[in-house]
Formats: sequence, structure tokens, C-alpha cells
Amino acid sequence: MSSCAQPMALTAWIEGVGFIAPGLPDWVSARSVLRGEQPFTPAPSVLPPADLLPSAERRRASRIVKVALATGLEAALQAGADVSTLATVFSASGADGHNCHALCEQLASEDRQISPTRFHNSVHNAAAGYWGIATRSMAPCQVISAFDASFGAGLLDALGQVVLDQQPTLLIAYDSEYPEPIFSKRPLPDVAGVALLLSPTRSARSLARITASPTARSADPMVDPALEAQRLSIPALRALPLLAYLARGVSGEVCLDYLPPMQLSLMIDSLPPC
Amino acid sequence: MTPLLVSSYTATTCLGRGLAATSDALRANRSGLTPCNFETVKLDTWIGEVADVDATVLPAPLSHYDCRNNRLTCLGLETDGFAERVREAIGRYGASRVGVFLGTSTAGILQTELAYRRRDPATGALPEDFFYRTTHNSFSLAEFTRDYFALEGMAMAISTACSSSAKVFAAAARQLALGTIDAAIVGGVDTLCLTTLHGFASLQLTSGQPCRPYDAARDGISIGEGAAFALLERADSAASGSILLLGTGESSDAYHMSSPHPEGLGARLAMQAALRSAALAPGDIGYINLHGTATPANDAAEGKAVAALFDRQVPCSSTKGATGHTLGAAGAVEAVICALALTEGFLPGSPGTTSLDPAIDIDYLLQTRPAQPTSARYALSNSFGFGGSNCSLIFGVAP
Repeated sequence: MSSCAQPMALTAWIEGVGFIAPGLPDWVSARSVLRGEQPFTPAPSVLPPADLLPSAERRRASRIVKVALATGLEAALQAGADVSTLATVFSASGADGHNCHALCEQLASEDRQISPTRFHNSVHNAAAGYWGIATRSMAPCQVISAFDASFGAGLLDALGQVVLDQQPTLLIAYDSEYPEPIFSKRPLPDVAGVALLLSPTRSARSLARITASPTARSADPMVDPALEAQRLSIPALRALPLLAYLARGVSGEVCLDYLPPMQLSLMIDSLPPC
Repeated sequence: MTPLLVSSYTATTCLGRGLAATSDALRANRSGLTPCNFETVKLDTWIGEVADVDATVLPAPLSHYDCRNNRLTCLGLETDGFAERVREAIGRYGASRVGVFLGTSTAGILQTELAYRRRDPATGALPEDFFYRTTHNSFSLAEFTRDYFALEGMAMAISTACSSSAKVFAAAARQLALGTIDAAIVGGVDTLCLTTLHGFASLQLTSGQPCRPYDAARDGISIGEGAAFALLERADSAASGSILLLGTGESSDAYHMSSPHPEGLGARLAMQAALRSAALAPGDIGYINLHGTATPANDAAEGKAVAALFDRQVPCSSTKGATGHTLGAAGAVEAVICALALTEGFLPGSPGTTSLDPAIDIDYLLQTRPAQPTSARYALSNSFGFGGSNCSLIFGVAP
């Protein structure tokens, strides 16, 4: 086979970042912690209301829908992107854990007549569906799961779309907790989300260019033990070493966890902050 | 897109295990649907259950993956020589250069549903022998497949409800085009479970009789299960008569969580994108395998989109009257049905459908018939899911 002699570089410009994690309610606060300007104080994740949604859906929006919509919108606004035309890649280990628990509990009971709303909210692509309804975007929308490797899997597909389709793509990686008894089997401590607006072209808003390639190296840890604990406990936060480079505006190579033995090496060419 | 070779493929549904059983049933216009007697479910509906799923034993080192969904995954992989073709590809390209892209809607959630009946009466804890990661999680079938072949490269599950295993073809095609992999195992597996049987019943979307796609009296779906796989490679050396993936098109409805856009606008965008991707015109398509779930809303919306793009020029059918709606496996099952139709020269009919909806102006096939040799070189397959996720694929025969 000769046609694969020259693989295309998996590369994109980062135009905006959205972020929510325990103790870090948005990208601005995360950035100052990752720069070392503020100490990291773990605290329960704070979720803003899902302002994108109509009032009835907003009131009922689950934690996983809120984290996906809020981080996606934060990244898109920073980039000045038109959400009504934006291609999206959603990636999460699981769907709404609380809804899943309620369904399983009821299906184990005598009364199995589950609510139709609970059922349609149980799909892995619920957050993506609400994003589409809210933004009116009819662009392609991908929804991935790769357990703890979900950030890396989402990044690979999003970079592929940027390179091949030569258009901006919004990656939203996010996770939410299960209540007991599933929590003991899948102990995700809280909700968190990382969104990156990836573009094929550099703009005045570009933060950095990233280029991904496979490696067998171990992932780079976070220096701060509390942040390292976050990186390891929530799949979306496997992106933290990349975000630390973006926050500090420095260039270099960082290795992220993906699917051992395949890990992701990212070359980061940061631009000085404007 | 650059055409890709579909170098091996297989499907297992209620029609039977493998290509020959599937082809025989489709040619005879036979349905595999039966009245629902799954597990402890008491619903007035019909299902497409795969025989002998629970008799499948996973390889011992992978026993922690054991659940109905991975048993069907294993059964499917070991059908039609598919696993051997994959091992040959791994031999050609290496364990890090063969990717895994599998679609599912509910993966092994049945395992969790059953575990909830065995919670510790004092603590509420789930039993020790319940493994979330390798059964319930949406990635479990992809991770099982990766471990089954001892692969070391890229893998992901795509879960966009009923378009999941169509979208895997598009995702894998991207990575092949980029050169990050040299071959891809694509496919979909979904198995019967309480969540989908009771869930679709709660939405009043299940029929009390075998589903009747595009019938004037259609009144809902029959849920099925299935496993279908394809091996994608670059088409440089495709032999004449091989099946090629020629185009993929994806779109979103941006309309409603569980109802399609009433005019089929998202469906139309996906079909147009697939035609663009394949550099084909509507008149080139010789057969359309419709999503055709047999709900009043789906078939009306999809029918409008197909009529708008293709007039009455292209023979179409939904094969869900034969297989049931295999949900996250439907895209891959119906991709394989398109491959069978193209290689064996027949156009599948629609068991269960008797009196067509006069409001839908398309050339719908009630009975299976031979393809005109000149007309059926390209087939299009539609898959649409909850959340408004649409995907169309175009397959062709290598000249």
C-alpha cells in the first residue's frame, strides 16, 4: 500500500477554551490557577444555568447537559464563532448518571412504566441534542465515548474534521458523576468539562497551534498534587497538562493519556497573549 | 472522499447468523420478528431476537467483559470469517495501525438493569460480580473488540442513538484519509434490554404487531438486536466486484429530542452531503435502504426528504420489517444489507408492509426483486437517531 506514505498532520489552532471543574468555575479562574497566580482550592463544581435552552428545558436540564452547554458556549464566545453553523464533537465517558440510576431503579421494581422524558434523556447524545436544538445548528455533530480515554478520542476526531473539512470544529469533553450504587463501581467525583474551539486557520484570537501524534510515553502529570488528583479522577480533565501550557502561553511538547499503549503527544506552539 | 475498500463484512440479526442467512431471508422477503418474550418483559410488542446469544462464551482472558452485548459482539466477530480477515489485516499493517470504531445506543446496560435486582438488601450495593467498565459503559464493546484482537491503536465508541453505527463509517474514513490508521474495524452492536423496550413503549412508539414501514397503517417500531461489522481499508488494490464505501454525509436536525424534523430537513442534508462526498447525482443511486422505522413521524419525514431529492426514480425500502429496529446497530446492519444487494443483485422488499401510505411519493419496494444489472451500482443507506442525529452512507461496486 503506497497511498499512506505521507500521513497528514493532525493540527489545529485553538481559538477558545471553555472550562468547568471542581473549584474552577470557568477558564479565567482555571487559567490563573494553572499560571500559579492563585492557589487551587478544591470545591464542588459550580454549574451556570443553561441559558441557551428555552425556559422549560432550562429548568429540567441535568448537570451533564449544563456542563456541556456552558463549556461549549464559553469556548465559542471566546473564539467569536457562530454556534449556528459550527460542527461539534461531544465526548464523554457516560451520559446522565442520575437519570440512569433512576431508570435502573424503576426497571428493577414492580412498576416499569418509565417516563418518556427520562428515556429520551438517557441517550449518550442527549447533551449534543440539546446543543443542536438550542443553537439551531444543523452541522454534523459527533458523540463519542471511550471511558477514561474520552478526551483523547474526541480530540482525534475533532482534529480530523478540522484538517479534512478545513472548517472550525468545537470539541466538548465532559463527564458527570453517578449516584450510589453505581458510584462505587464508577467513582467519578463531580462534573467537569473542557471545550476547545479548533480552527484550521490562525486568527487574532488564536492561543496556540497544537499538533497531535501517537506516542508510547507516559502522560505528563500535573505538578500540584490536588490538580493531579483531578486529572486522574475525571476523564475530561486528562486535558489538564495541555491547558497548563495554554494558560502560561508557553510552547513545548506534552503527553496526554489516551488508550495505553497509545498515548497522545501534542506539540504546542503558543502565541504571546495579545 | 477517496473511496475505501470494504474488504470483509458480516451481519447477525434475528434473520440469522451471517451473510448467507441474511441474504436468504431478504430474498424470501421473510421477517425474523416474533412476539416479545424477552427476559421478564411483559409488553404487547414484537421483537427481533438473535438466537443463541447467551450460549456464546467469551475467550477466558476476556471473561470480565461477559454480558449479552459483548456475547453478541463476540458472536458477530466470529461469523463469516470476519475475525480471520481482521487478523490478516493486523498482520499486514501492525497492531497499532488498525482502529476500532463501533456504534451502540445502550451497550451492556442490561447487565446493570439485572444487577439492580441483586442489590445488597442492607447497603444497596451492586453485586461484586458486576463490572461497570466492561459491560455497561458505552465504550465496552469497542474495548472488548480491541482486546479481542490485542490491538494497540485508536479506538472509540460512537453513541448517537440510532445513527451510531452509520457514523462510525464516517469517523473511520476520516482517520484513513488522514493516514493515522491503515485499516478500521467498523460496526455496531446493540442488544435487547429493559431500557429500550420499556422506553420506546413509554413514548408510544412500539407497535403491537410486526412493524410495517411506510404502510398507511404503520403504528410503531419492533425493537431488534444485531451485530454487524465491516473492515475498511484503502481501495488502491480493490478487485473488480468488491464493495466500496464512496460517500458519507452527516447532519443534525436541531429540532427535537425524540421527533424528527417534520419536513425531513436534516435527513435531506445528510443525503445531499453523502452524494457530494461520493461525487454522485441522485440519479446515480440504484437503491435506497431507508431508515424506515415504521413510526408515523419518521417515515413521513424521511419520505418527504427522499421524494424531494429522488422523485420516484429510485427504488427504496426499509428492511426493519425483516430485522426489527436494531437501534445503534442499524446503520451497520443496513450497510451490510446494501453490500449484499449490490453484490448479489437484488433489491430487498419490506415484509409486513402491505398497503403503502399514499401520502409518501416514493418508489417503495414491497417485494424483493432482482436488480436491473445497469441500475444498481450504487446504494444509499439512511440512519437517523434521537437528538436529531442523521447519517447517510453510499456504497458501490468496484468496476
